[in-house]
This record gives sequence, structure tokens and C-alpha cells, in this order.
Amino acid sequence: MNRLTLFVPFALCLALGAFLFFSLGKNPLDLPSALVGEPFPEFALEELHEPERQVSTDDFDGQVLLVNVWATWCFACRIEHPWLNSLAEQGVAIVGLNYKDHRKLAQDWLGERGDPYQFSIFDPRGVLGIDLGVYGAPETYLVDAEGIIRHRRVGVVDERVWNEEFRDLYQQLVDDANAKTE
Amino acid sequence: MPKQSNLLPGSAWLKQAALLLLLLSSAAMAVEDVVKFSDESLRPRYQQLLEELRCPKCQNQNLADSNSAISQDLRAEVQRLLEQKLTDAEIKEYLKNRYSEFILYRPEVNRATWFLWAAPVVLVLMGGLIVLRLSRRKKNSGSEEADLPVRSTDQQQRLDQLLNSPKQGSE
Repeated sequence: MNRLTLFVPFALCLALGAFLFFSLGKNPLDLPSALVGEPFPEFALEELHEPERQVSTDDFDGQVLLVNVWATWCFACRIEHPWLNSLAEQGVAIVGLNYKDHRKLAQDWLGERGDPYQFSIFDPRGVLGIDLGVYGAPETYLVDAEGIIRHRRVGVVDERVWNEEFRDLYQQLVDDANAKTE
Repeated sequence: MPKQSNLLPGSAWLKQAALLLLLLSSAAMAVEDVVKFSDESLRPRYQQLLEELRCPKCQNQNLADSNSAISQDLRAEVQRLLEQKLTDAEIKEYLKNRYSEFILYRPEVNRATWFLWAAPVVLVLMGGLIVLRLSRRKKNSGSEEADLPVRSTDQQQRLDQLLNSPKQGSE
């Protein structure tokens, strides 16, 4: 019995080593999101292309949609953009949140690269950004038909990320929404 | 003439001191923006909050240390909330609801963090226990040699034999 207690420190070291080893695979930039499962925060901001038009969560129109946070100063957004275009072509509803940007630059950017967004929220001061807990761009939120945030991705959404994290959940939410309206 | 020669080293010293001060001051004003409060009594609370809130982008810095865009925004947000007469706890709650508990450098005690809070106490207690046991054992063995195994006379004889035999052999 006494003999066995000698192995306690060894076992503790092993446990610590295992814990540290498996933590290596975790990405420290993956922050827990406070808003998954919560309603999309209320906002009233100008539309990017039509400054006189105010947009809010009412404009989500009960659709299952993606809200994509982007900016012209964000390099990764350029990499992400073609995939968003192709998602829009596949019929996925995407709303843009132009984050801390200049209106003219953003309009030109979308003119050049194509505009996958149903509409774009213009948030030059990052007000909605703070309410969403945005800390960089790009970020993408999946919002269900009730306006609840169901998933958040910090960083680029490309085909791989879409297939791994979004596709099934998106499909399920769309099916749920269709079942309810029928 | 002698007066002047006395003066020169003095002014050189002054210059050096001024230069040194200048260098030091640049460190002091590295990050803080100029913040104006309607009520100066808010300033210490502002400083305290910035120390305890973590920059979500640059993980190992607090809002006071970081100069990333999001930290600047969050500093402005903290200032705005202070001006709105929110309490420190309300401000932390407000940011926690948006940026998750990650933003608090002093996490709340809950299911995920209780171990963090309890670990130091538990470890100190465990250490104390070990030290206590070790010191007791030492005291016991010092006073009565109780820990030594009792040897039979047979064993003792053999031991004596073994201990003495090489000596005899060498002589």
C-alpha cells in the first residue's frame, strides 16, 4: 500500500503531461462565443449602397441566413470572397456587415469582386460589431429563421470550412423552417 | 574663465538627464490615448477596468496594454459606459455578454473555473500535509530508531561476518 503511494506523483505527472499534450491541438484563437444560442442583437444602421435606407433585424425577413463581417482593409476577406459568391449562387442567403470601413471603398470593392449580399449593413464605427462581440474580420454568423445565432466562425469561410461546420446545420435549419411554414 | 569651465560639465550633465527623462517618458505614454472624462473621479475606475479586461484579439494583453483596433474600440466603449453611470460589475457583465467570459482577466467562479480558483489552496494544503508528515517521521526516527528493522541474531552474526571478512582477507 505504502509502495503504491510512491507512484502518486508519477501518475500526477502523467496526467498533467497528457492534459498539456492534448491541449497542444487546440487553437487558442478559438474563443468561446457568448452569442451562440442568443438572438441576433438589435440594430438600426444604414444600408451600404442606399444611405437613406435604415436596416434592422426585420430585414432578415425570417430567412435562415449568414451574416458575414467584412471590410476592405481585411486581407483574408479577399480570399473568402469568391466562396461567398458561389454560396450566393447556390441560393444561400447572405447579409454583409461592412465593419469599420469607408462607404466608397466598400462599394467599389463589391463592384469589382461581385456582391453576394442580399443587403449590406454599413457599420463604420463598429457599433454592431461590439454588440456581436466581433474582434476581427472576417467573421460569419449563421442565423436561423427565428433570428437566433446558431453558429459563429471567426476567420475565413471557404469550401472546407463550409462543409465541415456549416453545411449540415444550415440544411437542417432550412428544413426546420420549411416544416414550420408548411 | 574659471566660472565658465565650472559651468560646462554641469550643463552637459543636465542635457544628459533631460535626454534620459525624454527616453523614459516615451515608455510611459506608449499606449494610453488621451481620455477626457466629464468627472475626473471616473478615471481610476477606467484604469482599473482596462487592467482587468483582456484584449480579445491579442490574447495575452489587457485593454490598457494593447493598441490593436479592437482594444481602442473597447476602451472607448468602457469610457462610454462609465459616463453612462454603469457600475464596474455592470460594465464587465455587458462585455462578458458580448465577448464571453474570455474577456475577464479575473474569471468568475463557476463550473469551468472553480478548479483554477481552488487549485492554489488545495496545493498549499497538500504541500503542508506532506511537510508535516515528513517532519513527524524524522522526529520519530530520531528519538527511538523505531523504523529500523529488527534483526534476528542469525542475521546479525552473518552481517558481522560479512563486514569483517574482507578486512581479514586483506591482512
